[in-house]
This record gives sequence, C-alpha cells and structure tokens, in this order.
Amino acid sequence: MQFEDIIAKLREEHGEEIIVEVNEEASPKMITVKSEDLLQVSEVLYKNESLFFDMLSCITGVDNGPEMNTMEVIYNFYSIPFEHSLMLKIILPRENPAAPSLVNIWKTADWHERETYDLLGIHFDGHPDLRRLLMPADWEGHPLRKDYKNLEYYRGIKVEY
Amino acid sequence: MANQVQYQYKDDNLLKSEPNKYKEGDLKSEEMIVNLGPQHPSTHGVLRMEVITDGEIIKDVVPHLGYLHRCFEKHAESLPYNQTVPFVDRLDYLAAMNSEHAWALGVEKMLGITDQIPKRVEYIRVLVAELNRMASHFVAIGTYAMDIGAFTPFLWMMRDREHIIRLLEWASGARMLYNYIWVGGVFYDLPVGFEERCKQFVDYFRPKLDELKRLIIDNKIFVERTANVGVLPLDLAINYGVTGPMLRGSGLRYDLRKVDAYSVYPEIDFEVPVGEGLMGTKGDCWDRTYVRVLEVKESLKIIEQCVEKLTGEHKRTPDFDPHALVPKKIRPKAQEVYARAESPKGELGFYFRANGKSDVPYRCKARSCCFVNLSIISELSRGSLIADFIAILGSIDIVLGEVDR
Repeated sequence: MQFEDIIAKLREEHGEEIIVEVNEEASPKMITVKSEDLLQVSEVLYKNESLFFDMLSCITGVDNGPEMNTMEVIYNFYSIPFEHSLMLKIILPRENPAAPSLVNIWKTADWHERETYDLLGIHFDGHPDLRRLLMPADWEGHPLRKDYKNLEYYRGIKVEY
Repeated sequence: MANQVQYQYKDDNLLKSEPNKYKEGDLKSEEMIVNLGPQHPSTHGVLRMEVITDGEIIKDVVPHLGYLHRCFEKHAESLPYNQTVPFVDRLDYLAAMNSEHAWALGVEKMLGITDQIPKRVEYIRVLVAELNRMASHFVAIGTYAMDIGAFTPFLWMMRDREHIIRLLEWASGARMLYNYIWVGGVFYDLPVGFEERCKQFVDYFRPKLDELKRLIIDNKIFVERTANVGVLPLDLAINYGVTGPMLRGSGLRYDLRKVDAYSVYPEIDFEVPVGEGLMGTKGDCWDRTYVRVLEVKESLKIIEQCVEKLTGEHKRTPDFDPHALVPKKIRPKAQEVYARAESPKGELGFYFRANGKSDVPYRCKARSCCFVNLSIISELSRGSLIADFIAILGSIDIVLGEVDR
C-alpha cells in the first residue's frame, strides 16, 4: 500500500484532522499525530486488514532542547505481509513529558519504552513496569537530554573520563 | 588520584543500584528468587537474570541489563558520522562488519550516494560481511553446544572461526573490530590473493559443515536437550519484534537481504532457510540452531559468487580507488532516516536525525536486534525447567555489547 493510501485510510477512520503533519522527505515517510490520538491511530494501524502493521521496529525518543522546549517520540512500523512501512511522530512538552504506552498492542514497546524513559525521562502512561533499563536505578538525570550535566561521582567512581 | 578510593563499597549498593523487581512479600511460600549472573558463562556476557522458581519450574524471569552500557547513542551524538564507525564495531563485536555495513548504508542513504557506490566496493562489503556472518554463527553454535554440555563443538567452531578472523585481519588489520567498511567506500582494497584464499576456505569448510551436522545437529543428546524446548510461536515472535534466525526458526521466510534487497544482494543467488520442526515443534531451540547452520551454508554460496565477481567482472585494477566516494566532510541535509540491514542476529536499524547545520547527528538511535530478541526471554521460559532455561537463553544468541549498547 502506498503512503497516500495509508494516510487516506487513517483519515477515513478518524477524520481529516487526525494527522497534524505529513513529511514525505523522511525515509520511510512520516506522519505526525497528537499524543492523545496515538492509541486510536495505533489500533487502526494494527487491526485494519489493509494496513496490518504487525511489527513495531523501533521507538526513538528525541529531545529538542530547552529552546524548542519539546520532545518527540518516533515510532517505526512495518507490515511484514504488505511490505510497507511508516514512521509516526508525536510531539510532547518538555515539562513532564508523557505519552500513551503501546505495550498492549505491540510487546516490543515494553523495553523500547523503558529505554526511552530511562535515557530521556519520557513517561509512558499505562506501561506495566516502567523502571530504568540501562542505567542504574539510583542514577540521577536522563543522559540523552540535551541539557544533561554529567554527575561528577557515582559511588566514588569518577564519571567524567 | 592514584591513591584515591575507586569504589566505595557498601552492603546495600546493589540493592540501590539494581534492585530486584520481586520483593519477599510478592512471592508465594513455595517460590524463591534465584539470581543468575552477571558473571556466568551461560549468560554470554554480563547479564543478570532474576529467576523466580517454584522448585525446578520457572515462574518468571526478570533480566537486568546495563552492565555493558557504553553510551553508544551519546557518543554518536558528539562525533562525526565517519568517526562513529569504530563505535559501531563495538555494538555487536562478533559481527562488526555487518554492523558497519548497516551504518554505512544508513549514512549513504542520508547523503543520497547509495547508487553511486562502485560495484567492486559493494561486492567487497558483501564478501566481508558474509564472512563475518559465518564467524558470528560459528560462535553462536559453538557456545550453544557448550551451554548444554558439549565441549568439543566449541573448539571445532573456534578453530574454523580462526580462519575467517585471519582472513579479515589480513584485509583490515584487526581481528575483531575492523573499521573496514567506511561511509562511501572501504578502508582499503582487498589484499592480493584474498579472493583465492576465500575460495580455499570455502572448499575447506564445505565438508566440515557435514561433520558439524553429524557432531551436533543430529546428535541424539543435542536433539533431546533442544527439541520441543522453548517453542516460539510465530505470532508471538512478530508481536515482540523478534527478527533474524529466531524469527526464521519459527517458520517465517523473512530476511532483509531479500525483503529490502539492499547492496548487491539482489544480484546474488541464495536461499532463506526456515525452521520446519523436523525434530520437534516448529520454532523450538533445535530449529533456531539448525537455521543458523543452514545460513552458514548459504553464506558459503554468497562468498563463492562474490569471489567469482571480484576476480571476473569487477576484478582488481590499478586505478581502482576504494576511497573515491568517501566524503571529506559528511554534512547531510536536515532529514530523518531509519535505515536497517540484516545482521547475523536480526534486523539492525539506525535512526538518524540530521539538522543540516552540523557534522554530527542530532540524534542517533541503534535498534539492536539482540536487545529486542532478548526481551522475549521471560515469555519464552515461563513454565520451563531451570536447565532448559539455559538452553533457551543460548538459542537466542545474544551479544551483550549490542543489548546494552
């Protein structure tokens, strides 16, 4: 299915304004939706028989820095039977960023969301087990934020090298 | 500085930094927590498993990652694209060439020079990547056999892997972490005589593969330990995003070399083997191992075809410059790209965001196949025996460098 058809399908299900922005320059092509619409859109993507995005390849969190004052979460979907892919973006505020969790649809989201929470501090509402994944549980701060300052010492170990 | 205490030991350090998910109160009276790792050979690196058991039966597994976290994404955000290649090597250190290949494909896609790469460079890349894929599968098969109690296959596989490692050392100068595939080209043309040595290796290894099959794959003890153990149904595998030999072991013919047809793979004739449940159920540990063995066979075929092309149609010429397209300065225009390639363990993807104003990526995320494959471990081992848990973990074939990044 072509990108235009995917967009048309989504608009058909949820109305014209469901897609905030379309980016055809990105590869794979990307759409932006509101974070509160994410769950509905994902369900259509997963369940609709002509879309059938059965694989969630990757979840990436991006911090746009204090000037832009936004954060983004980017989802890469892929449909194995139809061989089409889609990139989906949601934009979150930088203060207390929270997105709905997709664990109940794609189990892949579990660890990817935990990692995003760990490294960027984005909360995923409805995640069953949102703990830090890569960093120690008592680490301070979220290292991939653009204004992150290194700790000087962690348990007597010098962090800066 | 030299006399300074490097680590302040306190009894509760571990409790604070990596606390168990399960507390005493959460357990039923017959259940207990068994801690596996982080220092244990069967975890294939530094991985801690919190295993909840009822006698011999596993109730739940909680993996604790991060012991080998080396901040790849943070480093990638502060280094130019070409200087990150050595860091990419260190993701999956058993298949560094494949990771480099994926990285180079991604960055070239951003620069829009994918179609301009000389054919000889592409064939060299595929040749070394397939050699490395075999080496990675050798380690997977060898260590897997050792996990479940057979020592000889490990030594046999290491012996054959040594041939590959020496070949790659000859080409790149390094045994494991090559920095050979560069953005836009390769580090150096193949050394004179390399293609012939590859051919010799293929001829040497073909009969060894049958030997290997007799030694482990058809071995009664091996079959008893792995058939019908850790059965992974296909729908669950896809829902967890599992890729590579694990997904193919569950019976889906899905290989990015075919699906995406990147590099020169569409010009090469090879099959994608899948698990058929010959010894037990489709998608069990035996199937996954057998798929790896069959993939080694396919890699031999690919290597033969590459060698043929590299000595024939695209043979070495004095004026061939592998650096011809290597950009002096990599500054892609502002864009977002997700590029992926088939590494020996599955889909290795890189998400890039460039802002068009600097030589370093604004954000770079590695979608690691081992990381995603490992996430299925608790689902896969629930209800099995502790001894089978080791067999299941081994069959996933993880490299902790890529899990923790």
